[in-house]
Amino acid sequence: MKTKDMAIDQIIDKNIVLRTENMTMQFGGVVAVDNLHLTIREHQIVALIGPNGAGKTTAFNMITGVYTPSSGKIFLQGEDITGMKPDKITRMGVARTFQNIRLFKDLTVFENIIIAKHFSMKSNVLSATLRLPGAVREEKRMREESEALLERMGLADVRNDIASSLPYGQQRHLEIARALATGPNLLLLDEPAAGMNPQETEDLTASIKQIQQDFNLTVFLIEHHMDLVMEISDRIYVLDFGQTIGRGTPAEIQNNQRVVEAYLGVDDDAEN
Amino acid sequence: MKNKKKRNVICTAVLSVIVVALIYYANNYLDAYIVRILNLCAIYTIIGLSMNLINGFTGLFSLGQAGFMAIGAYTVAIFTLPIDMRSTIYYMEPMNGAIANIHLEFVPALLLGGIFAGIAAFLIGAPVLRLRGDYLAIATLGFSEIIRILLTNWQSVTNGALGINKIPDNANNMWWSFGISIIVLILISLLIRSSYGRAFKAIREDDIAAEAMGISLFKHKVMSFVIGGFFAGIGGGLYASLLGTVDPKQFYFTLTYNFLLIIVLGGMGSISGTVIASFIVTGGLELLRGFDEPLTIAGYEISLFRPGFSMVIFSVLLMVIVLFYRKGLMGRTELSWDRLFNFFAKIKSRFSPKTAREGGAK
Amino acid sequence: MTLELFLQNLANAIAVGSLYALIAVGYTMVYGILRLINFAHGDIFMMAAYFTFFGIADFHLPWYFACIFVIVLTAGLGMLIERVAYRPLRDAPKDSILVSAIGVSFLLENLANYLFTGKPKAFPDFLGLMSTISLGSVTIQKVALVVPVVLIICMAILLFVINKTKLGMAMRAVSKDYEIARVMGININLVIAATFGIGSSLAAVGVILWGMKYPQVSPLMGVMPGLKCFVAAVIGGIGNIKGAVLGGFILGLIEVMLVAFLQPLTGYRDAFAFILLILVLLVKPTGLIGEKTTEKV
Repeated sequence: MKTKDMAIDQIIDKNIVLRTENMTMQFGGVVAVDNLHLTIREHQIVALIGPNGAGKTTAFNMITGVYTPSSGKIFLQGEDITGMKPDKITRMGVARTFQNIRLFKDLTVFENIIIAKHFSMKSNVLSATLRLPGAVREEKRMREESEALLERMGLADVRNDIASSLPYGQQRHLEIARALATGPNLLLLDEPAAGMNPQETEDLTASIKQIQQDFNLTVFLIEHHMDLVMEISDRIYVLDFGQTIGRGTPAEIQNNQRVVEAYLGVDDDAEN
Repeated sequence: MKNKKKRNVICTAVLSVIVVALIYYANNYLDAYIVRILNLCAIYTIIGLSMNLINGFTGLFSLGQAGFMAIGAYTVAIFTLPIDMRSTIYYMEPMNGAIANIHLEFVPALLLGGIFAGIAAFLIGAPVLRLRGDYLAIATLGFSEIIRILLTNWQSVTNGALGINKIPDNANNMWWSFGISIIVLILISLLIRSSYGRAFKAIREDDIAAEAMGISLFKHKVMSFVIGGFFAGIGGGLYASLLGTVDPKQFYFTLTYNFLLIIVLGGMGSISGTVIASFIVTGGLELLRGFDEPLTIAGYEISLFRPGFSMVIFSVLLMVIVLFYRKGLMGRTELSWDRLFNFFAKIKSRFSPKTAREGGAK
Repeated sequence: MTLELFLQNLANAIAVGSLYALIAVGYTMVYGILRLINFAHGDIFMMAAYFTFFGIADFHLPWYFACIFVIVLTAGLGMLIERVAYRPLRDAPKDSILVSAIGVSFLLENLANYLFTGKPKAFPDFLGLMSTISLGSVTIQKVALVVPVVLIICMAILLFVINKTKLGMAMRAVSKDYEIARVMGININLVIAATFGIGSSLAAVGVILWGMKYPQVSPLMGVMPGLKCFVAAVIGGIGNIKGAVLGGFILGLIEVMLVAFLQPLTGYRDAFAFILLILVLLVKPTGLIGEKTTEKV
């Protein structure tokens, strides 16, 4: 696939899910992300790579509303979401996982999942408390959907375990399941393979591919495991010190001199 | 599974009958002093639950319950006071014309108190709930004090520092105090077990993750705060009715410490813990008051016991719990029939013939 | 409002502001290091008042001994509290240590009530500071002249310690980044203990002068000053020593002047501090000269 330049991106925008324009984040004197232009199309798997501290999670945080960009804009399905609050963005169909797992530690696996469905409840707190028919029906629906998701993700037998008691790999898996429970169109994964051994990484790679197909998603992920990235990505963006130093297909990135020098030249096992 | 459910329902039904019978007995046959203590336990349970909803379940460190109590208390005091008494009590400055002739029955006044407290909670919460941890604590404490100072100075409405007495003591009737407590207990339990209750817990666990899962932090924090404020107002109204008098000095923010002790002792995040703890603390405080009297043994007066000793013990107790038993009695777990029966089953199995045989064979 | 009345109130405001400043610095130091609002600070202040009372009225110590006695005892009390009630909870969730601080505050108040009874005691007058002196047409207490001087001296010593000594450098390191400081080999326990000691000493100095102005010693005397001084620290920028001083003066000024100009609001005097607090927390939570921190997600 040829690398398209920005002007053409803007013209053919029918199936663009996410687009950022000059997205910049400045903390005091430090520019964490400098004029990032991203285009992510429907059903693509796009990766964001770069050395630690390059600004990748900051980019995620801007897209999901945790930070408001110092300048620039973010468009979700054509709508300007710059500066919107995270919960609103989630309700518009964006879900995420976190670099340092942020599960609801003391709650059960099942509760973690069903909480992600709370925002879809239309009944107010009074009807929910008094168990009025409408609320009871919605609760039932949320429970059934959660059970189904747990089955599908292979977490059904641990549904009553406390989230923090799960082994590390399963916790990461649960975090992805929880994100899926919000019913997103766009899934943001922040280093989903962090801390995993090669076997687990392989399983995860297959898992992400499967999830993308089954749930009809667009996926945007941050990762350091290059085998994972190169295998599943349709497109890759490379950040270094907040600057975009490369964009394109996996093949193009691997041949990009600047990227190789800054990042790929380093043995990726050293990152673990 | 089905059998367990049936068993639980039967147990609950039996327990309800026992409780009703006990209340009937206590209300009619027990000493007035003990009845008053029991009523106070019930009222403190309500306020403890309201505070636990905010602090223990939603994870918001609020120290403002005394202020909400005060609003509820004064509402009941002002509106249930018989109209012919008002000029005698408001002798320094006559009661504000707008309300001087409004008289409400106990239950409407109670509800109104809760509503006023809820409104105050909304006005306070909206700006303040976005603050973190200790800042929120100080801000809510500050508001509690502002409310108290307002009440002290609004002479025409609250009678200022003189306070109001001769409030009809409906709450002295156990059916009211316990009845309302049980209703509140049921409502809060239902709330916690609903989707909204789970959302509160999610906010407590990790508010950034909760927000990322589509939960509006502002809406739910304010919701929890307002509901907690509402119930604290109801508790305050009952409190005024029980004591028969209100005065601003009762609602110094140190009153909130009582409830802090209750929820810490019971376990922040456990409803049954709060209930148990409020009875222990309220009853305990009364028992400890015995230590405030001088004690003479064999003609020697032990000067250890004098006024203030009970509160010292109380404070030491709080420190011990905070330092060594942070989770309190129940932590975040609840009493349930299942747990109770499992517990008995375990004890039973230790004494069963099979294990005895195995022990003998060794 | 005549010029005399204005000057009178101004002098009062400066005195009150200096007192608030002294106590606020203690709060801000502890917060800077531990990120903890030491609810018990106001009650340590109260205990120091009792120490002063007993030192002078009961033991009849000469004033210079009494002052040293009080400062040392109070510093010791502060360090003891830290050791017993805060250090064990350093790795616990934030809320536990806050509850502990509240517990300590409560315990000190009840202990004082039990040991010394709730009946107010009269703060001793030494060096005749309670008596007034006339400067032109303005009459002020002698202590009002002493307080700002003492404040300046204390600040000078404190800033010297913070900026020019090894201990001070360690304190600054710990307040910037607790974990790194620990890893670097700084004796955290010592630094924290020293912080509490210094903060409590300042509270003791504060109360010795405060008692001249407000001579009633009672178990709850520290509550309002404690809260207000926390507000002062927040106004200036919590964690920032100069901010605490600034905040103390602002609060003192507003309190005195507002009551002077708007007589009917006297009953609401205590509420000003809280209203100010809430305004600051909403508009600029880092205070006037505090630094902004962003949370890492």
